[in-house]
Amino acid sequence: MVRWRLFVLNQSRVGIVLSIYISRFSRFIASVLLVLWVLPAAASDWEQAVQALTAKKNNQKQQAIEQLIATGDKRNSLIFNSLLEANLYYQKSDKQVVVAIKEGSLYRLSSVIDGADLGTVKKSKIKKISVNNKIRRQLRNGLALVGLNADDASERIAAIRSLMNTAYASYTPIIEQRLVAEQDKDVIAKLKEMQAIINLQDGDAAAREAAAELLAGKLDPASRNVLVKQQSAEQDPQVLAAIDKAIATNQQLLQINTVAENMYFGISLGAVLLLAAVGLAITFGVMGVINMAHGEMIMLGAYTTYVVQQLMPNNIEWSLLVAIPAAFVVSGLVGILIERGVIRFLYGRPLETLLATFGLSLVLQQAVRSIFGPLNQAVITPQWMSGSLEINGVLSLTYNRLYIIIFSFMVVATLWTILRKTFFGLQMRAVTQNRPMANSMGIRSSWVDAMTFGLGSGIAGIAGVALSQLTNVGPNLGQNYIIDSFMVVVFGGVGNLFGTVIGALTLGIANKLMEPFAGAVLAKILVLVFIILFIQKRPRGLFALKGRTVED
Amino acid sequence: MPKSLLVRFLVKDKVGNAMLLALLLSAILVPIMSLALSPENPVHLSSYWVTLLGKYLCYALLAIAVDLVWGYCGILSLGHGAFFALGGYAMGMYLMRQIGDRGVYANPELPDFMVFLDWSEIPWYWMGFDMFPFAMLMVFLAPGILAFIFGYLAFRSRVTGVYLSIITQALTYALMLAFFRNDMGFGGNNGLTDFKDILGFSLQADTTRAVLFALSALALAGAYVLCRWIVNSKLGRVLIAVRDSESRTRFIGYRVERFKLFVFVVSAMLAGVAGALYVPQVGIINPGEFAPLNSIESIVWVAVGGRGTLFGAVFGALLVNFGKSWFTGAFPELWLFFLGALFVITTLWLPKGVVGLYGSIKAKLQERAATKKNAELAQLKASEEAATAAKTDSADSAEGAVNA
Repeated sequence: MVRWRLFVLNQSRVGIVLSIYISRFSRFIASVLLVLWVLPAAASDWEQAVQALTAKKNNQKQQAIEQLIATGDKRNSLIFNSLLEANLYYQKSDKQVVVAIKEGSLYRLSSVIDGADLGTVKKSKIKKISVNNKIRRQLRNGLALVGLNADDASERIAAIRSLMNTAYASYTPIIEQRLVAEQDKDVIAKLKEMQAIINLQDGDAAAREAAAELLAGKLDPASRNVLVKQQSAEQDPQVLAAIDKAIATNQQLLQINTVAENMYFGISLGAVLLLAAVGLAITFGVMGVINMAHGEMIMLGAYTTYVVQQLMPNNIEWSLLVAIPAAFVVSGLVGILIERGVIRFLYGRPLETLLATFGLSLVLQQAVRSIFGPLNQAVITPQWMSGSLEINGVLSLTYNRLYIIIFSFMVVATLWTILRKTFFGLQMRAVTQNRPMANSMGIRSSWVDAMTFGLGSGIAGIAGVALSQLTNVGPNLGQNYIIDSFMVVVFGGVGNLFGTVIGALTLGIANKLMEPFAGAVLAKILVLVFIILFIQKRPRGLFALKGRTVED
Repeated sequence: MPKSLLVRFLVKDKVGNAMLLALLLSAILVPIMSLALSPENPVHLSSYWVTLLGKYLCYALLAIAVDLVWGYCGILSLGHGAFFALGGYAMGMYLMRQIGDRGVYANPELPDFMVFLDWSEIPWYWMGFDMFPFAMLMVFLAPGILAFIFGYLAFRSRVTGVYLSIITQALTYALMLAFFRNDMGFGGNNGLTDFKDILGFSLQADTTRAVLFALSALALAGAYVLCRWIVNSKLGRVLIAVRDSESRTRFIGYRVERFKLFVFVVSAMLAGVAGALYVPQVGIINPGEFAPLNSIESIVWVAVGGRGTLFGAVFGALLVNFGKSWFTGAFPELWLFFLGALFVITTLWLPKGVVGLYGSIKAKLQERAATKKNAELAQLKASEEAATAAKTDSADSAEGAVNA
C-alpha cells in the first residue's frame, strides 16, 4: 500500500516531508524516506544519536534511544521497529547504521537516514544491534511517542493511551509541543490528562492539586491507578483532599459504568434469546406445536454460515450477508419438511408432537455430527464485526454484540411487518385466532401451517448465523439455547411478538444484572426458579392471547 | 370378600402376573446362576451381566413411575430424571459417609471432595446420612418433597399440557446446573463415587451385586403391584378421567389437583427408589443424571412399550435399553439416529406402543377370524336357505303340477 503523504513537522524544524509511506508491518520492502531538510543542524543531532546505537553497552544504547526520542524525529519509527524486529545492523567497515533484510544468502541494506538502497552484502560484513527486554519496553514507548504525531486522531489517542501507563516527566516537553500543534479536541483532552498524570507525581503542590481535580471523572485505568498510588504517598492535606474527592467521583462513575456494561451485556443476551425464541413463539402461537427441534434449526443456520465461509474463503467480509438468506432457506426448508413429514399427522396431540420433534432433534444432531464431525467448527468473524466501540476508559461496546442487537430488532421488525401488513400474515393471524372459522372463510390452513413452520424455522436459521459469531459452532449448539428459548416464550406469552420481545429482554437483563454477585450459573438457576414461580401466577405468560382455546 | 376380589384381580392381569412371576424367579435364579454355578457352566452369569441386568430393572422401575403419571394421568413430566437422580444422591451420600477414612485423604468425617475444597466440617444437610435408615427415608422424602412443592404450585394454578412439560424440563435443567456447582456440597462435576461398601458388605463382591439385583427385581415387582392397585382402584378411575378430560372431571366435582398431586408424589418417590438402587450398582452418581435428555429417554421407553399399560412400560424400558447396549457397542454412530427414529415411529404409528401393536394385531386377527366365521355361517345359512327354497320350489312345482 503506497500512499503519498504531506507531513507538517514540529515547529522547531519546520519542514515538508514528502514520503512514500509503507506499512510498517511489511518488512520485505525497506521503507524509503525522501526528506527535504530545511534545518540540517537538527538532523545531525539525530544522526549522532543513531550512531550512538552502535555502542556495546546496553545502558549506552538506552541513552541513545532516549536522545532519539527527545528529537521527536519521524524516522524514529523505522529505527525502533527495525530494532524490535531485529533487522537493525551496522556495517563493520564504517559503523554506519543500516536496515538489513535477508535476501537468499545475502543481506540487502538500506540507509536509516534517507532510506537509500545500499546494495547487498555478506553476513560477515555487518553486525546486528541487539536489544534486551528493558530496551524493548523503551522502544515501544518511543514508538508510542512517534504515534503522538500520527495523522489519524484515533491513532494519536491510542498512542497517548499506551503512554499513560508509564508516563515520565521527560515526556512533558513533547506533550507541550504537541499541545500547541494539536487541533482535535479529544486529543487535547487526552494530552492534558496525560500531563495531569505526570504532574500529579512530579509537580509542585498547586500542580498536583490541579492535576487531581482534572483527573476526577477520568476513567482510564492509568488515571485511576495514579490517583490511588498518589493517595498513599501524598503529604499535602489540600492535595490529598482533592485526590480523595477525585477517587470518590471515579468510584461513582465506575459503578454507573459497570451497571451500564451489564445492561449492555443483558440487552445483547436478550437480543440473542429474542432471535432464538421468536421463531418458536410463531410456531407455537399459530399451531400450538412445541418444536423441540427448534434448537437444531438454529444449529443448522450456524453450520450454513460455516459452509458459506468455506465456499467463499476470499470474501469473508461478505460471507455473513450471504449466509443470512442461505440459512433462512436451509432451515426453512428443513422446517417445512418436518411439518409435512411428521407434525401434520399429529395435530391436536401436542405431547406427541413434542416427543416426535425431540426425536427429530436427535437425528439432526447426529446427522451434523456424522457429516462435520463432533468437534466445533471455526466460523470466522469478519473484520467489521470485530473490535469495539470505546465509550470511555472502562466501558467499551463490542461491535459483534452491537450488530447482533441491531440485527435482532431488524428481524423482529420485519416479522412484525409480515404478520401485520401482508396477506400471508393476515391468514396466519386468522388461523391463530380461530382455525375452523378461518377454514370456513377459504383459508387453506394446512398451507398456512407449513408456511408458518417454515418461517419460524427460517428465523431460527438466521439466529444461528448471529450465534455463530458469539459461541462455538458444534452439534450441541441448539441444545444450549432451546430451554432458554422455551423460557422466553412461556414467560412472554404465546403468539405475541411483543410478549416475546419483553420476555427475552427481561430475562437477558435479569440474568446479566444478577451475574456479578450471584455468579453465572446461580443467576441462571435463579431465573429458572423465578419463571417456575412466575408461571404459577400467570400460567399463560405475561401477555396471554385472548381466544377461545381455554384448554390445550 | 376381599380374598376372592384379590384372586379375581390377580387372574385378570395375565401378562402382569406372568411378569411378576418372572421377576420373582429371576430374583432367585440370577443370584444362583451367578454365585452357585462355576464359571465354566454355560448358564453361569458373570457379575458384569448381573449388574447390567440390575441396571435395566432400575430403569424399568423409573419407566413404571413415568407411566403412572403420563399413561394414567396425562402428566407428561420431562423431569423425572431429577427425582431419579435425587434418590440416587441420597443413596450416594450414605455410601459416601460409609467410605470413612478409607478415602484418598483418609479423613474419617469428611468425604474426599470436601477435604479437597478445604471444608472444615460436614454441612448440615449431610447430617444423618451416615445412618442407613435415615438415608433410606431421604430416598423417599427428597424426591417426594420436591415433587410435592413443585406439583402443588403447578397443579394449583392449572399449568397443564406442554407448559407443564417445559417447566418440568426447566426444573431438571436448573437442578443439573445447581449440582454442577462445587459450593452446593454434592461433589460438583465429579459427583459422588469411589464407594466402598453398603451396610458393611463390599460393593465389589459378587454376593452384594447379586443381592442388589434381587432387591431391584423385588422393588420392581413391589412397585408394579402398588401401581396396579392404584390404577385399578376408584382413585385410578378418577386419574384416567383426569387424563381424558380434566375440565369435565373438575366440573363433576373432583378436586383434580389433589389427585394429580398424589400421583405425582408417588411417582416421584418410585423414581427416587429406582435411583437409589441404581447408584450402588453403577458405583457413581453425578449431575449428568439430571440432564434433560435422560428424562426424555425414559419417556421414550414408556412410549415404545405402550403408555397406559404398566407392563408395557417395563417391557419398553428393557427393550430399549437392551437395544441401546447392543447399538452403542455395534454401531455407536447410529444410536442417536435410531433413538430419534424410535421417537418418531412410536408417535406416528405406534401410539400405544408395542403392547398396543400386539393388541391391535390380536384384535385384527380376531376380527378376521370372526368375519371368516360369519362368512362361513352366512354361507351355511345361505345354503340352508337355498335348500329350503329348492324344497319349496319343488313343492311348488309339484303343487303346480298337481294344479295343472
